[in-house]
Amino acid sequence: MSTSPGSGSDDAPRLPPATPGAPARQAPERSHPVLKSLLGAWALAACSPEETAAVEEHLTDCAPCAEEAVRLRDAVALLHPEDGLDLDPTLRSRVLAGALGRRPARIPVPGWAGPYEAETARLDALLHDIGEAEWRAPVRLAWFKGRRSVGREVTVAAVISHLAAVDGIVAGALGLADPQSPGTPEERTAARWAADASGRTTSGEVHSTWRHQGRALIRTASFASDRVAGTPVEYGPFCLPLRDAFLERAFECWVHAEDVAEAIDYPYQPPASPDLHHMIDLAARMLPLAIAGRRRAGLAPPPRTLVAAGAPGRALHLEVEGRGGGHWYIPLDSPGAVGTREGEVAHVALDGVEFCRLASGRVSPEEAAAGSLGDAQAVCDVLYAMASLSRM
Amino acid sequence: MTNDAPPRWDRRMQQRLAHGEAAALGELYDRFASLVHGVAHRVLGDEGGADRVTRDVFAHAWEHADEYDPRQGSLRSWIAGLAHRHAVSRLRRAQDDGERPATEVEEKVRAASAAARADYIVTSMPAPLRAALDLAYFRRLDYRQAAARLGVTDDEARRRLRLGLQLLSTAHDGPRAVSPPGGRAAVR
Repeated sequence: MSTSPGSGSDDAPRLPPATPGAPARQAPERSHPVLKSLLGAWALAACSPEETAAVEEHLTDCAPCAEEAVRLRDAVALLHPEDGLDLDPTLRSRVLAGALGRRPARIPVPGWAGPYEAETARLDALLHDIGEAEWRAPVRLAWFKGRRSVGREVTVAAVISHLAAVDGIVAGALGLADPQSPGTPEERTAARWAADASGRTTSGEVHSTWRHQGRALIRTASFASDRVAGTPVEYGPFCLPLRDAFLERAFECWVHAEDVAEAIDYPYQPPASPDLHHMIDLAARMLPLAIAGRRRAGLAPPPRTLVAAGAPGRALHLEVEGRGGGHWYIPLDSPGAVGTREGEVAHVALDGVEFCRLASGRVSPEEAAAGSLGDAQAVCDVLYAMASLSRM
Repeated sequence: MTNDAPPRWDRRMQQRLAHGEAAALGELYDRFASLVHGVAHRVLGDEGGADRVTRDVFAHAWEHADEYDPRQGSLRSWIAGLAHRHAVSRLRRAQDDGERPATEVEEKVRAASAAARADYIVTSMPAPLRAALDLAYFRRLDYRQAAARLGVTDDEARRRLRLGLQLLSTAHDGPRAVSPPGGRAAVR
């Protein structure tokens, strides 16, 4: 609390100290309305010394002004710097669970949309806290292409427009209005950036466009629920059922929120463990197709053996430790094969958050702190396939 | 800016909550959690207590959305009122240990209430008044410097400072001052 002359102590209204030598002599005569109009500034110690003295002299013989002066000065004592306390990010889920425990929802948010709801709410809270300069802060986006890491420097606002552009694909699949013409995530992002630049879109507009669309997605998913969970969402390079597309968007939201947080030096935590587990599970399920894609593109050697779809074959045991962790058996021979414990030819162990950094192109396969055993080619195929899951 | 959403948004939100739409509860939290937590924290001065008040307030709004009457004010002011009441009753329970004199408990509750109401008034007051107070109090500019910074006349700067403090002073007026005082029309 400040100790400006205006702050309230309990004694009489003669607060701002008279400045020696300044007032009186040639001070112009001031009328009652003028002196009254100065009371707010006086209480805040925001008048000239001469005005301060004139007001105080007036207070000795004007009861209504004296009364208001006390009242305003006491009000100054209530001014308080904003605490700017960040809410505990886990509070949201506890509060919502508490309320829903007392009265179950008639229209719940489907479990598969939960991580997207949680991640968009966290990013939204971060964006509410940042100022105009931070919206223009440089952010480096990184992803993995072929055999190497690539990147691009953009702004915080451009990152949010990117999220909105790709969320729009899911919006379209749900039958919501999609403001953009169809295209791959990259094409849509490029189109959105061009539109933002030519339309001089403000950061506030970027924020609210993203947020409104995200809310509409959650709401529509809640009303349609299981009827739409399997609806295919066509990204261009790949296709996911809607329930997985929501997870993919949650993952991207978190990854880019971390980019933003890092750019503006803001603390940001990984998702809640159960949500992180679902994200890792989705990535693990996408690995066999990613391995096959790299083989087709000549980026990885062909499979050793051909295995019929649905049959067990060689597998890599992926062990994710810590938050969101678990065990997955990744089929190595073809995307249709089944990975089993019996088929294990190699073992990779890494931390959950590290896994996500690899799958989002934030670290390269060589850098990934992976403890690996067994078939070296299998390990290499899987780590590179993980990295290749990353996009802009 | 933290001013009220349009009344249509308030009514729509109330309907969605009453209808049992969980996504609406999430949106309500995202909009008002920091308001509720801030009021509770100002009254109680502790994080754990403020968390519990936040939990109680959103559970109440979810279970009893029909209690909100749009004719009485904005949804924001209703939520702030709930936060205030829940926080004050928690403070009173914590203070009232049977040993402290009742007058001391009441004085403490009164001071905490006024502080929380004042925070609410500041965040709800028209932006031009808030900006003037900010320059004069937190940045320690005199009213002429504040006028120059705001691009208004000296007269207007004086008027805003006085009106802002008048609004703020209603925080001392007692339990119902939690809804924003009706001075809004006075500002351009």
